[in-house]
Amino acid sequence: MDDLRDKYLTAIANAADEAALEDLRVQAVGKKGEVSLQMRELGKMTPEERQVAGPKLNALKDELNSALAAKKQALGDAALDERLKTEWLDVTLPGHRRRPGTIHPISQVTEEVTAIFADMGFSVAEGPQVESDWYNFDALNIPGHHPARAEMDTFYMHREEGDNRPPHVLRTHTSPVQIRSMQEHGAPIRVIAPGRVYRADYDMTHTPMFHQVEGLAIDRDISMANLKWCLEEFVKAFFEVDDVELRFRASHFPFTEPSAEVDIRCSWEGGTLKIGEGDDWLEILGSGMVHPHVLRSGNIDPDEWQGFAFGVGIDRIAMLKYGIPDLRAFFDSDLRWLRHYGFASLDVPTLHGGLSR
Amino acid sequence: MKFTLSWLHDHLETTASVTEISEALTDLGLEVEGVENPAERLADFTIGKVIHAEQHPDADRLRVCKVLTDEGELQIICGAPNARTGITAVIAKPGTYVPGIDTTIGVGKIRGIESHGMMCSEREMELSDEHDGIIELPSGEVGERFVDWLAANDPSKVDPVIEIAITPNRPDALGVRGIALDLAARGLGTMKPAKTAHIEGQFASPIAITIDEDTRTGGCEVFGGRLIRGVTNGPSPEWLQKRLRAIGLRPISALVDITNFFTYDRNRPLHVFDADKVKGNLRVHRAEGGETLVGLDEKEYTFGPGQVVISDDEGIESIGGIMGGLATGCTEATTNVFLEAAVWDHIQIATTGRALKINSDARYRNERGIDPAFNMEALDLATQMIIDLCGGEPSNLVVAGEVPDVSRAYTLDPARVQSLVGMDIPESEQRQTLTALGFRMEGNQAQVPSWRPDVMGEADLVEEVARVASLTKLVGKPMPRTQTGVPKPILSLTQKREQIARRTTAALGYNECVTYSFIDQASAALFGGGDDATMLANPISSEMSHMRPALLPGLLQAAARNQARGQMNVALFEVGQAFHGGEPGEQHLLVSGLLVGQTGPKDVHGAARAVDIYDVKADAEAVLSALGAPAKVQILRGGREWWHPGRHGMICLGPKKVLGIFGEIHPRILKAMDVKGPAMGFTIWPAEIPQPRNQTANRGALELRDLQAVERDFAFVVDADVEALTLVNAAAGADKALIEDVRIFDEFIGGSLGEGKKSLAMTVRLQPTETTLKDADIEAVSAKIVEKVTKATGGTLRG
Repeated sequence: MDDLRDKYLTAIANAADEAALEDLRVQAVGKKGEVSLQMRELGKMTPEERQVAGPKLNALKDELNSALAAKKQALGDAALDERLKTEWLDVTLPGHRRRPGTIHPISQVTEEVTAIFADMGFSVAEGPQVESDWYNFDALNIPGHHPARAEMDTFYMHREEGDNRPPHVLRTHTSPVQIRSMQEHGAPIRVIAPGRVYRADYDMTHTPMFHQVEGLAIDRDISMANLKWCLEEFVKAFFEVDDVELRFRASHFPFTEPSAEVDIRCSWEGGTLKIGEGDDWLEILGSGMVHPHVLRSGNIDPDEWQGFAFGVGIDRIAMLKYGIPDLRAFFDSDLRWLRHYGFASLDVPTLHGGLSR
Repeated sequence: MKFTLSWLHDHLETTASVTEISEALTDLGLEVEGVENPAERLADFTIGKVIHAEQHPDADRLRVCKVLTDEGELQIICGAPNARTGITAVIAKPGTYVPGIDTTIGVGKIRGIESHGMMCSEREMELSDEHDGIIELPSGEVGERFVDWLAANDPSKVDPVIEIAITPNRPDALGVRGIALDLAARGLGTMKPAKTAHIEGQFASPIAITIDEDTRTGGCEVFGGRLIRGVTNGPSPEWLQKRLRAIGLRPISALVDITNFFTYDRNRPLHVFDADKVKGNLRVHRAEGGETLVGLDEKEYTFGPGQVVISDDEGIESIGGIMGGLATGCTEATTNVFLEAAVWDHIQIATTGRALKINSDARYRNERGIDPAFNMEALDLATQMIIDLCGGEPSNLVVAGEVPDVSRAYTLDPARVQSLVGMDIPESEQRQTLTALGFRMEGNQAQVPSWRPDVMGEADLVEEVARVASLTKLVGKPMPRTQTGVPKPILSLTQKREQIARRTTAALGYNECVTYSFIDQASAALFGGGDDATMLANPISSEMSHMRPALLPGLLQAAARNQARGQMNVALFEVGQAFHGGEPGEQHLLVSGLLVGQTGPKDVHGAARAVDIYDVKADAEAVLSALGAPAKVQILRGGREWWHPGRHGMICLGPKKVLGIFGEIHPRILKAMDVKGPAMGFTIWPAEIPQPRNQTANRGALELRDLQAVERDFAFVVDADVEALTLVNAAAGADKALIEDVRIFDEFIGGSLGEGKKSLAMTVRLQPTETTLKDADIEAVSAKIVEKVTKATGGTLRG
């Protein structure tokens, strides 16, 4: 029996391929194989002989089966290794290409601004871009003869002969949305109004269309000190800095009183803007306490309510934050520009995850 | 508004530096736009004495000078004819930048002899055009800074010029005295008393003045004048010329310069007529329309009816408060002058000035508002100045109309500064500020000074107090949240849809554009717009003349620009408003995408191919799905003429409810817009997508079937114009409970099928719910599918 064992174990170890192995299996442990034949002989034995030979034969059968399985596994592995050796690919070839899309900086920055003000309780209001001159001017305390009207480089819509209404305008600022929001919701109110605005001006630093975000907060006791805090918080969050110094300078806008231009402390070392340090001041927005005339235009009683308003150039703060040099390129749709300054579709700005990455 | 420091010193007693003054002005709301300080340019020049000068051995025109300076004796080669022993000169030592020759002086050899500096002419220091020789100073110590010598001996040469921006509410700061008043209130000095003059007329004015009845309201409130006879007009004195030049004005003659002086000194425009050229009397009236006048700027103006003018007996001679006429203007030959000071209605000035397109100093000031109470006093002051500078004898005053009473008072509520601005300023300080600004306090009533037309209510008093105290003192104060706890979402459904559409389209590989809302008429017309209702009255160019009727024309123009730059594969999109009319609100939100060229650059995998309508179809469907549009839609044809007639589909919920459209842009449009096509586009109308019915976040239970699903393939031969969706719908209708999905997976046209036929192959997925499907069940459903499809399409099952 040991001879049998040695014979087959050697043969199994030397089997060249799976077919040879199968032949060995049939010869050894197949139905008519040598081990099976010997097992048939068990019936002819005495019980004593059988007690010795039976387990031995079973053990032999198990051992051969294991050897066969192990050899089969080894042969399979070797064959696979052999095949894979031939399956070489140039992994430096480019992968299947996916077209990457981008989000325009104006959309991105608008969402950043929205995220910040939403946290401070401001909702988002919108309004028409073609506006009546009442909403764009009169309601905002800019009567027909006011020099500010001429200074705003207003675009006027065509008027049909015989239509004697004053011409509509392309809104020169997002401030008309203040009036519409107050009329619709009354006080108290906190809204921002981002959107396109238009002025007839085109040079190195001006385009006839640009973007503003208006902010309006009206309540019973909102003061200019609240405005300053609100803007400080906004600037810190937007520019993602820990500290910022704002400077309020007296100014004049027809729709606010008192009015202030707001500068932020910055430095321009090496052409890179750093917010919150340095000795320069950068003018970033106009603001003030809403003029009583404007509150009345919005059907709000100025004896009962007061609050602030401000306006920021979205394109401008986008340029400052992301180091984009030329305003005109925003609207040129040059693919190279869109890819360089654009944002990934999943870069959704949030306060918890950070506005930019 | 420009002024010099010495001019400011006429009104303000102060020791403040230019920097201190500039910072205060900006902080007060009179924003400094620029300071030109000659002293800064000349700071390094010092005074030296030439102790010895001798001929240069190798140059006839050069002298070798020994010069005593603060750094000892220097040898300087000089070419000036007046370089000689004993003179006091201005020295630029090595390292000094000389602005007039744009050079920094170094040590060098001139014709073999070393020179350690330069002695300068006035031109070399940009002090004047004088260049006949180097400066010889009558005094000065060796080593003294030249700017210090100038400040002491010739201050106008180092007089800093300050330019400030004036907001429309502050006409008072259009005069130097008004600026001084703000600075004094801030505490930067004390006001010097204003000049006064009292003129006794020596004779009756031969020129009388009237204002027409219809011109007294909304035209001219008061018109005062006086003749001064026997004047000698000529160049004005040097100090006046220098002042005017310093602020960018050209001196003309004494009489004209005097009016300009008052314009800038006191914000008081005046006019001088050459009285000998005035025929008869002056009359202020409204133009009938059509009259003309050649103004002092030598341009001819044609008047509209109602515009306010000044005529003599022969016709219009002046545009009231805006510009005088050339014919009656003063010249060097003028001997009799008629001086005018009037108060004009500022609205009338603004509308007339705008209509005539005249931007004069007079209009600028009269439309913002001058001090009416100063009118008659100004006449006397200007008369005195004319007599002082030109001689002559004044007549009595002639006046028409009345000086308007602009007096008014508002209550000062000291607590208002705290409640509105949030600054704590004691009442006494508030009163002091207002008084310093010219308000007259009577109890708690603040009488507004006549030169402050902007102060129209109590809030203005707060503004003045806060402005003078300085808003830089304002300390931010936290604003409480509107509600406690976690902030609620604030975006509306439309706003969320806009954001989702934008991010989904970008995720599909499109680059977002922001294109102008206005485009050229031709491009607008190609997309159903370009009519007069959406036209701008004053476009800045014909490329931007009409509000866009759609987003695709802007994207096509962007594609053309990119193609011109060699970018041939373009995937662009925009989310924005398009305009269907010219009234407020006639705008609607669109999402449009555009594909041109290949799906990508050619690549090793051979995956790049020309874009086709199924790209934009898939993208449009993906965006619609992200926006929550129903999955079951109709695809209809019949879109507008800018689509390829056979290659577009409208994604609809019924024939009137179009959610989106996709397809190939009509080749004619591409040709007109210079785009190398074909180009594929899509547009989605987010507002058309029905509002979600389910208002809860609950997603419903997931129904997982344990039973095996079965897929069966079918191929049908149908006419080539039969649409795949017809087959899909027919097949799906064969057993709505059992059939889970029907997918077209192959289309084969022509070949053995013959002309006008095609084969469409589909996979039908059967999902049993109760029991496992048996062959018989599958056979039964298959038969029904074949029957339904053949009935719906007239086709046959392909064998």
